[in-house]
Amino acid sequence: MIRYITRRLLFAVPTLIAISFAIFALLDLAPSDPTGQLPLTIPPETRAQIRESLGLDEAFPIRYAKWMEQFFVNEPLNLIERAFDVEIGDSDSRTRVISYATRSPVVDIIAERMPQTLWVVGLSYVVGILIALPIGIVSAYRQYSWFDQVGTFVSMVGFSVPTFFTGLVAIIVFSVMLEWLPSIYDTTHRVTDLASFWVQIKQIIMPVLVLAFYNAAQLSRFMRSSVLDNLNLDYVRTARAKGMRERAVLLVHVLRNSMIPVVTMIALGIPTIFGGAIITEQIFRVNGLGQLLIVAIQGADIPMVQTLTFLFAVLIVGFNLIADVLYGILDPRIRYE
Amino acid sequence: MTSMRRSRKTHAVSYNRVVTITLTAILVAGCGPDEIVEEFVVPEPLENRHVNILYWQAVSTMNPYLSGGTKEIEAASLVIEPLANYDDNGEMFPVLALGIPTRENGGVADDMRSITWKLKQDVVWADGTPFTARDVVFTGEYCLDEEIGCSADASFTDVEGFEALDDHTVRVTFSVAKPVPYGPFVGAVTPIIQAEQFKDCSGLRAAECTTENFGPIGTGPFKVDEFRANDVISFSANEHYREPGKPWMKTVTLKGGGDAASSARAVLETGEYDYAWNLQVEPEILEQMLAAGKGEIVMGFGTNVERLVINQTNADSSLGPERRSLLLDGTNPHPFLSDPRVRRALSLAIDRQLLVEAGYGPTGRVTCNIVPAPPIYASTANEDCRTPDPDAAKRLLDEAGWVPGPDGVRAKEGVRLSILYQTSTNSVRQGTQALVKQMWQQIGVETELRNVDGGVFFGGDPASPDTYQKFYADVEMYTSNFQGTDPEFYMAAWVCDEAPGPDNQWLGTNMSRGCSTEFDDLVDKLAVTPYGEERFETAKRMNDIVVENHFLIPLIWRASTSARAKSLKGVRMNPWDSELWNIEDWHR
Repeated sequence: MIRYITRRLLFAVPTLIAISFAIFALLDLAPSDPTGQLPLTIPPETRAQIRESLGLDEAFPIRYAKWMEQFFVNEPLNLIERAFDVEIGDSDSRTRVISYATRSPVVDIIAERMPQTLWVVGLSYVVGILIALPIGIVSAYRQYSWFDQVGTFVSMVGFSVPTFFTGLVAIIVFSVMLEWLPSIYDTTHRVTDLASFWVQIKQIIMPVLVLAFYNAAQLSRFMRSSVLDNLNLDYVRTARAKGMRERAVLLVHVLRNSMIPVVTMIALGIPTIFGGAIITEQIFRVNGLGQLLIVAIQGADIPMVQTLTFLFAVLIVGFNLIADVLYGILDPRIRYE
Repeated sequence: MTSMRRSRKTHAVSYNRVVTITLTAILVAGCGPDEIVEEFVVPEPLENRHVNILYWQAVSTMNPYLSGGTKEIEAASLVIEPLANYDDNGEMFPVLALGIPTRENGGVADDMRSITWKLKQDVVWADGTPFTARDVVFTGEYCLDEEIGCSADASFTDVEGFEALDDHTVRVTFSVAKPVPYGPFVGAVTPIIQAEQFKDCSGLRAAECTTENFGPIGTGPFKVDEFRANDVISFSANEHYREPGKPWMKTVTLKGGGDAASSARAVLETGEYDYAWNLQVEPEILEQMLAAGKGEIVMGFGTNVERLVINQTNADSSLGPERRSLLLDGTNPHPFLSDPRVRRALSLAIDRQLLVEAGYGPTGRVTCNIVPAPPIYASTANEDCRTPDPDAAKRLLDEAGWVPGPDGVRAKEGVRLSILYQTSTNSVRQGTQALVKQMWQQIGVETELRNVDGGVFFGGDPASPDTYQKFYADVEMYTSNFQGTDPEFYMAAWVCDEAPGPDNQWLGTNMSRGCSTEFDDLVDKLAVTPYGEERFETAKRMNDIVVENHFLIPLIWRASTSARAKSLKGVRMNPWDSELWNIEDWHR
């Protein structure tokens, strides 16, 4: 197992380097410009000077090499320095990955954004799972019952209606018509007591539920089919023949076996939490990582887009590995050499 | 319904306070109920003195010199101030200066090559240190440093140097005579930053100064409490602000993100925010939101004009990059748009009022001038464009020999009047495009529509064929305006030599590639004509040349449009400067 993981990790290195190069090249080829959003009152000569000050007039390989150095050497060193409060080498002259738009270190902004994204998107993922699993199990166990039919219908709706629509409907109903919930997420809100906790619940509930609805739709379908596959197997009949109660058959034997593919699915979906939910974040102004990415793309903030997309790539590669390992742990029949 | 909800909220706050005060009183002082009643005399809820502002484009930095974006300039205007500002009528008024220097009061030298600003004596920065001429000189030198990529560069054009004559006098000298020397330190684009704070942030180190760039110390009504890049800024009142009793608001939150329509909703329909910036939203949607009765639209007409630019060079896609849309000293004319009668017919066919009603409502007006304001510079010679006349357009084309072919499209000697019409992606613009297409169809002109993402269209990437500078189309449409109230710099951009091309890395500014020797001469004249009647007339004549030649076809005079909550008083929309220019006077 250890050997397998080591091999996979080593193999991930060239993969990630290739990914980083592909992202950088694509961004470089894209016809966008960091000065493109500035007002037209700023004359072209000034724009050229701004581009120069951002280092855009340097050749592609030099810029790529610089980013590599900043991201793989300078930023980790900086993290270590900050975590242990030490100084390694000449830390003042080390350049960090600087955003074109804010002219500040990209990694600091990402760290600042992490909490709200993890709270909103992460919570929606958890809520989505909590809704999906029971629905999937009951739907499978009572296949073609009215519960299953309704479940199927709701899942279909949840899966096919995009979040920018459900989000907007939710805002119109709960914020505009009923005036129960705020439509704008306050990222500076601090939970200090019961009252402020209630405010936090009120502002988080809409984005979380809108996203959870979408996630749950997908997962519940998956859960249902997985349980259905297992219900017809021999061991279920054996269990019933032994005189076990239905409850034990379903929740102990069947559930455990049918969770195997679902757990993998869930693990593989975790990186998308960090990616943020671009559209949902934009609608509710959660301003997490997804919003950061979309603003950076629109503003041609290449270091920001590059760093964010690359971090997502790292997470995806990482969680793929974790999913594979989990698979082996959950199902003893699977062995990695 | 609304008022009921409001009052319930207010009660909740007061109730909490009563409870807290009661408890404190009983626990700490242990005094009788009579005294408690006395303590509770503050009826005003805290949230009253807080204002929530929404910018749907989030603010990236608080240092406008490093960004140049409108959002950054306006957010920074709460904290850092220039020597003088423009008010909502476009009049200059002193902010950190004692008065506006003019030739009459001796502030501007007779040769117009220097301007001397006297500064207010008793101004202090938010950290309590005095504001002096040293800060002004530092700011000027900070921006002139080429390494920094200063976005306010244009305001410092032709500046030779800055000099602090004493602690409260600054002289700016120019290398040429400047009839309007109000570029440096006037308007929100060039606010004064503190020399002490930024002393280690010049040149290449500018980008390393994150703390300084995110939290500049200023002289303005507010100071930055917390800055979250591209998200939200919290401000609180600057207790050292020079005007006693101001600002009325104690705290400000400036939130970013989302889109224009949902920003409008947050003010007009849900009432969560007090002010929302820059709302280009279709009039019927705004109308619907206004019906909720929670807020209203504030607008101000500055110099924004949505215009068509008519390509005077051949943009045919079969031409190679060495010819396409290049002026080449006039040897590469457009096959039909170089005919002035065709250009005039295109303008005559357009019903501008219809475009205004469909896309802009009250936030737009018909204009026949490319310089629509201020009134002293607005020409009155072209008002006939207000009434569309498709019949006259048809006659004009007939006379010019462009006759309808079998498909209804006019042609002459095998050249068809077929136009590629491009603009940036934006639903209002696409609506305008569709209407103009129909209007041109009626006079026998075929139009193909195209839209390009704004970031690409207005971006200067010389490798991209889709930029508005490259202009690989026959007609393009966008809005532009000028800073301040003097159009000299703005109009100088349209001289013949400024036609974009590889020789100027496509940085040219004469998008139409139209050339008029009279115009070019007037540009030189305007540059040396002092402020007064002759200057106004020269500028108007320049406007008329461009409009009469139909190199640019002005369509719509657009207002700066924002929304405010009805409870928020004192908002005066300012299209000439930062919209938040008088936030110290905002109250409820």
